[in-house]
Amino acid sequence: MLLRHTTDKINERSALTINPAKTCQPVGAMYAALGVHGCLPHSHGSQGCCSYHRTALTRHFKEPVMAATSSFTEGSSVFGGQANLLQAVSTIFSIYKPDIIAVHTTCLSETIGDDVNQILQKTRDDKLVPPGKHVVHCNTPSYVGSHVTGYSNMVAGFINYFPQKTGNKINQINIISGWVEPSDMREIKSIAAAMEVKIVLLPDTSDVLDTPMTGKHEVFPKGGTTIPEMVSMGNSRSTIALGPFCAEDAAIKLENKCKVKFTTLELPIGLKATDRFITALSRAANVSVPDSITDDRGRLIDMITDMHKYLYGKRVALFGDPDTLTPLVEFLITLDMKPVYIVSGTPGKRFEEAMNTILKPVVPEAKYMNGQRADMFLLHQWIKQESVDLLIGNSYGKYIARDENIPFVRLGFPIMDRVGHSYFPTLGYKGGMHLLTNMLGAIMDKMDREALEEKFELVM
Amino acid sequence: MKKEKVDVVRWKEEVLSKLPSKVAKKREKQIVINDGPENIKVIQANVRTIPGIITQRGCSYAGCKGVVLGPSRDILNLVHGPIGCSFYAWLTRRNQTRPESETSPNFINYCMSTDMQDTNIVFGGEIKLKQALREAVEIFKPKAIGIFSTCPVGLIGDDVHAVAREMKEELGINIFGFSCEGYKGVSQSAGHHIANNGLFKHVVGNDDNGKPGKFKINMLGEYNIGGDAFEIERILEKCGITMIASFSGNSTLNQFETAHTADLNVIMCHRSINYLAEMMEVKFGIPWMKVNFVGAESSAKSLRKIAQYFGNPELSARVEEVIAEEMVAVKKSIAVLRPRLEGKTTMLFVGGSRAHHYQELFNELGMVTLVAGYEFGHRDDYEGRRVIPSIVVDADSRNIEELHPVKDEARYHQRLSNERKEELIADGVEFDYEGMMTDMEKGALVIDDISHYEMEKLIETFHPDVFCAGIKEKYCVQKMGIPLKQLHSYDYGGPYAGFEGAVNFYKDIDMIANTSIWKLIKAPWAVEEVVEAEYAF
Repeated sequence: MLLRHTTDKINERSALTINPAKTCQPVGAMYAALGVHGCLPHSHGSQGCCSYHRTALTRHFKEPVMAATSSFTEGSSVFGGQANLLQAVSTIFSIYKPDIIAVHTTCLSETIGDDVNQILQKTRDDKLVPPGKHVVHCNTPSYVGSHVTGYSNMVAGFINYFPQKTGNKINQINIISGWVEPSDMREIKSIAAAMEVKIVLLPDTSDVLDTPMTGKHEVFPKGGTTIPEMVSMGNSRSTIALGPFCAEDAAIKLENKCKVKFTTLELPIGLKATDRFITALSRAANVSVPDSITDDRGRLIDMITDMHKYLYGKRVALFGDPDTLTPLVEFLITLDMKPVYIVSGTPGKRFEEAMNTILKPVVPEAKYMNGQRADMFLLHQWIKQESVDLLIGNSYGKYIARDENIPFVRLGFPIMDRVGHSYFPTLGYKGGMHLLTNMLGAIMDKMDREALEEKFELVM
Repeated sequence: MKKEKVDVVRWKEEVLSKLPSKVAKKREKQIVINDGPENIKVIQANVRTIPGIITQRGCSYAGCKGVVLGPSRDILNLVHGPIGCSFYAWLTRRNQTRPESETSPNFINYCMSTDMQDTNIVFGGEIKLKQALREAVEIFKPKAIGIFSTCPVGLIGDDVHAVAREMKEELGINIFGFSCEGYKGVSQSAGHHIANNGLFKHVVGNDDNGKPGKFKINMLGEYNIGGDAFEIERILEKCGITMIASFSGNSTLNQFETAHTADLNVIMCHRSINYLAEMMEVKFGIPWMKVNFVGAESSAKSLRKIAQYFGNPELSARVEEVIAEEMVAVKKSIAVLRPRLEGKTTMLFVGGSRAHHYQELFNELGMVTLVAGYEFGHRDDYEGRRVIPSIVVDADSRNIEELHPVKDEARYHQRLSNERKEELIADGVEFDYEGMMTDMEKGALVIDDISHYEMEKLIETFHPDVFCAGIKEKYCVQKMGIPLKQLHSYDYGGPYAGFEGAVNFYKDIDMIANTSIWKLIKAPWAVEEVVEAEYAF
């Protein structure tokens, strides 16, 4: 057994986390910063942080992930990291020439109390930032929240720096995206285009982390939200924040800064959440929903009706991030499945409230937990007590799936052992069909593998 | 792609001229044109990376927890810090391991952390660490626990060593701490040293009941990436050589505890483990020699060296038999693949020994190493150990504890007399490590701690056929149309060590150097003639 020490006996834990369902803030900040055009993420801390985050993102996307580091030594930890950051800004602008350096902190620079805002002001005052170029930042202490928090903080960081209100309203909608794949960001743009709504999507990692093979490596690929787009967000009609954990904070900051009203929605995963997104977007932009989208919706429902018998009553265990899990759980309920075990390492009361609302009436037996020690070890122990028919989560789930012989669908971050997530969306109606295809494939492959010979079906 | 002879002197000048002067001044000493074994040049290594440079390097924690202690299966590794450090080191280094039975302990697939929160940073994390240790013992009942400190731990003043001592007493198992905070040193290398010190102080020598055997060795600096250690174990066993301990691929706590009962330490990765070998020689009288099981010829040479050390004719005869037997498949594979690869070029930027060792495998295929460099090597890894006395100890190295072991009177016994050692050296047995540069051609470039910028310039200028580095470089290089072989993870292949490993490597290099898809990058309509032809039609 791969996880041979995991048993169904649950010991009370108050200090030890085992097999976490989260990682730390800076990797989220790095991912978000890659969704801005011409931006080089910069990790203000030890080299290891930057190396680990680049590695995790590279393995997930199988794409170049460029980022720099302040390369702290023991000396910088004692005397402060200002000299390192000044040097870094100067080195980066002269060698790699980005338009923006997006600095995020680490537990190291936060613990010693580096004032990054002040240091970056010094880089501007000392003329280390060439004309037309920018240095921006956010604080991402690794001992608060999770990777999700880091993503949220970096997006809010861009909002702090760029959007301007000039008084001339532009007929466009801001969409602040939660942590999703480049494929999903592409899908959001495609839905908006079908509805003929002009949007600014922040961040946007499509054409950054799904670039074509051309024989040339672009350190700054063509994708990403541009500076003029970010500046214009202050004049947009309104903002839709997709994901309370990842996107709402930026929307609040934008409203405070530029008086752009916002609506927070769950990520459009599954039927109902996508319905709400399409409705909200059509109202915000004052456009009607085109037939092509209504047809996509119909196709998703058609697929569900066709395959419902393979989904009905199936018990599902999930782990991942709140913004993904909440609409996903709702979608599973729509399919008449039973999400029975759910964990997320990311803290926050809203997750528990959302789970209460969705699950209490229909799956009262469901167990869910988030925050410290809401980890995959606990999830596995619940599964040991009573198994499930499907497991959904990142690549680490494969160890549980193999030990317990559970069909497994990869969704979340990181996915290091399969491809496709960055190319085929999970968001929207089409994304729903893709997700459904993966779930049915996993469930039905197991049926095929284990059916008695006389019960083996050609047509399913 | 054009392939012309490139002037390396001009290349260096051009690259340096594009860098800010402060950076260029430093890099000037880290980019060296090799002048052959007779005139080994001085290279600057193991120095700070300039902030802002996009580097391959990681941190001390990665070297300690990730590299040296990570591969061992029955020591429970508890990371004290915020969640990320433990998360990123979770199953990401392909340290394969084979527990003795279905029920033997194996913690490799688990990730344990104290998941420090802001309150722990403000009020200290020792109480949480102690409680985490209790919980770990209650749930997993390990024989030993290693505690790994991450950056904030040292900064807020948590004393992991005091906690380890106290909890060792309370819980009745061996518990030891590592002060491997990420900011220590300038790369992973500091962490290797810290790991060596910890193992030496707290584990090695704890159990005198080592495995019986006639020719007993320890394998040092072999981490069983992709099953390398399995292959080396297979060969040693076939030769009748007993491996007491592996540091640390496919290893157990008890191997480390009994390591002092071996009669020879052989070192694969000199950079990460030479400290332990040196200290064991002083304390227990076990001599060490550098070996290399990467490459079929090097594997054969290493086996002969070990046999010569033991000076037993039967062992030497058996070793020759094994080599002859194993070389059949190797030669067959070379005969087929060498003609397909001969003359192709490569560059290697990885680790602290792999960039050297893997040149052997490329030599066997007739491929030429144009440029090589380490990510975290020291001068001795480049220039040979003879330069150690002349290495200036800077502030970053001075912060890493240097142990000064003394002879363990009860258990010391000198395995090799000075006279016998002189005899062996006279017979051509090399004990010391001669470094990478002596094995590289005159005119080849040697680059320490290469940056992303320099890497791009190398590829633009030299157009190598195969580039070897790690995951962070993998897709940048491949976007440029050059296949990259990962020498940390082997692109999830391997083993590459030993004889079977060599054959695997030849095949994998042939595969990537002859991948068809690279020729199809340009769309037909992007090539003008095709469009014209369509019109004409």
